[in-house]
Amino acid sequence: MVRKGDEMITLENIEITFNKGTPLEMRALRGIELAIPQGQFLTVIGSNGAGKSTLLNILAGELVPDAGRVMVDGTDITRAPIHRRSSVIARLFQDPRAGICEQMSIIENIAIASARTAPRGFGFAITKDIREQAIERLKSLGLGLEKRLNDRVALLSGGQRQALSLIMATFGPAKILLLDEHTAALDPGAAELVMRLTDEVVRRLEITTVMVTHSMRQALDYGNRIVMLHQGRVMLDISGAERASMQMDDLLQLFRRREGEELADDQLLLA
Amino acid sequence: MSLYAFIGALETGLVFALVALGSYLTFRVLDFPDLTIEGSFPLGGAVAAKLMVMGVDPWSASLAGAAAGALAGLVTAFLNIRLRILHILAGILTAIALYSVNLRIMGGPNVGLLNVDTAFSLAERLGLSSRYAPIAILLVVVIVAKIALDIFLSTGVGLAMRATGANPRMARANGVNVDRMVTLGLCIANGLAGLAGALFAQMLGAADVSMGIGVIVVALAAVIGGTALMPSRLVPMLTLACVLGSILYRLAIALALNSNFIGLNASDVNLVTAILVAIALFAPGRKFSLPKWSARATK
Repeated sequence: MVRKGDEMITLENIEITFNKGTPLEMRALRGIELAIPQGQFLTVIGSNGAGKSTLLNILAGELVPDAGRVMVDGTDITRAPIHRRSSVIARLFQDPRAGICEQMSIIENIAIASARTAPRGFGFAITKDIREQAIERLKSLGLGLEKRLNDRVALLSGGQRQALSLIMATFGPAKILLLDEHTAALDPGAAELVMRLTDEVVRRLEITTVMVTHSMRQALDYGNRIVMLHQGRVMLDISGAERASMQMDDLLQLFRRREGEELADDQLLLA
Repeated sequence: MSLYAFIGALETGLVFALVALGSYLTFRVLDFPDLTIEGSFPLGGAVAAKLMVMGVDPWSASLAGAAAGALAGLVTAFLNIRLRILHILAGILTAIALYSVNLRIMGGPNVGLLNVDTAFSLAERLGLSSRYAPIAILLVVVIVAKIALDIFLSTGVGLAMRATGANPRMARANGVNVDRMVTLGLCIANGLAGLAGALFAQMLGAADVSMGIGVIVVALAAVIGGTALMPSRLVPMLTLACVLGSILYRLAIALALNSNFIGLNASDVNLVTAILVAIALFAPGRKFSLPKWSARATK
């Protein structure tokens, strides 16, 4: 059991409803309670509309919940704007174009990201120090990007962009890494490469990570805890030994069984 | 074209190069179509002229004109960011309001500067000939402004501003306060427009409430035309393209108006400009090459 105070992220009774008071009303999250300890690699799965992207957006600051609290490292950030929480939270997007500036060079993109955790000033952004660090970090990818510092990012493939985004997200000392289906838009080969690089970085930096994915395979292969959302609720939460011995079939069966229970409950309510 | 017309076109081109540099910042860097300059340009002229008539030295008066322009940019930023008014509309509202403000500041539709020292008459006293003094001074001001803008856009804050325009979501995720960047950009751009207005009034010998009409189209012609003629992705080249675009635009207009055979007169300038801008906006991405049938014909 995790002692109180060891959690990096605590979500308390998070509620959010979209299109309130209209026929399209949708309760996207219904009282989410989640405590994520420092260094944990959590994967969040669930079908479309389960609330996994909404959950990530609440952590990132793009959405403010109707009720509940978001605590990061002991600080309440529920209502903090995106640019304020970015010094502790780094993020990779699903769209390989979303996390970078296409018309700017690799080194310019890295310079922008390097100021995420440091104050931005009126000194030259691309210093010798940043250039050297960038070369070192890009070398670790093994994609040859360190030789293309002045190339426009628009010239890179989707996989290279996500790899660059990964370097940008972890350039400064972030406490939390949010991965928003960051391999979903890539071809299988690139997806595997980016996922492997992600895993390496997360292990090396021991950064608390929340990855949203719709691939059960990915959720099983990476990370050390799985949370499954269904209709805005936490339906499964597996970690430790149970998580380690879990196979694809077990997970699917568990999912079907819980879904069945849910349906039975609803029918009971309607009756 | 006479030498007189040529020098006149060069001077005007240099003044509007300052406006074009500001518009490059708003239109191209921030992706914010700012129409405030239609009001901040005459505002700079009005403030500077009024101060100079009151006995303030021309350089301080010009800087005050720039500061007034920056303040106008702040108003547009407030309307857009805090009141959530569409960017184009926010600029139009500020510009319209400034028309009245400018009349108030000047106490009438214009303020003459004929018997007052201007930045240019001061230079003449230093020994520059009256024909070339304005060009020399304007050249120095424009070069300083261009280089300062280049340097600014390569600083930490400058890169954050470029990211704000290119990909606001990415900028936010990297800790950039996007609203603050837009505000700063609007202040700088309109400060440049105010400075240009102040210098323009001194060149004309009067500040006039109507001297802002069409400034936005002239600035756009310089930015769009210049960058279409000199495509690049390097900031220093793009700002150079804006400066050259502004000068070329004035020369082209002067040439057209001075060539009697075309049959244009001064009142046609706005029409010609609008057509030029429309063509330049339509052209990017299209290659000016001969159609395919002509290639086949020569085979």
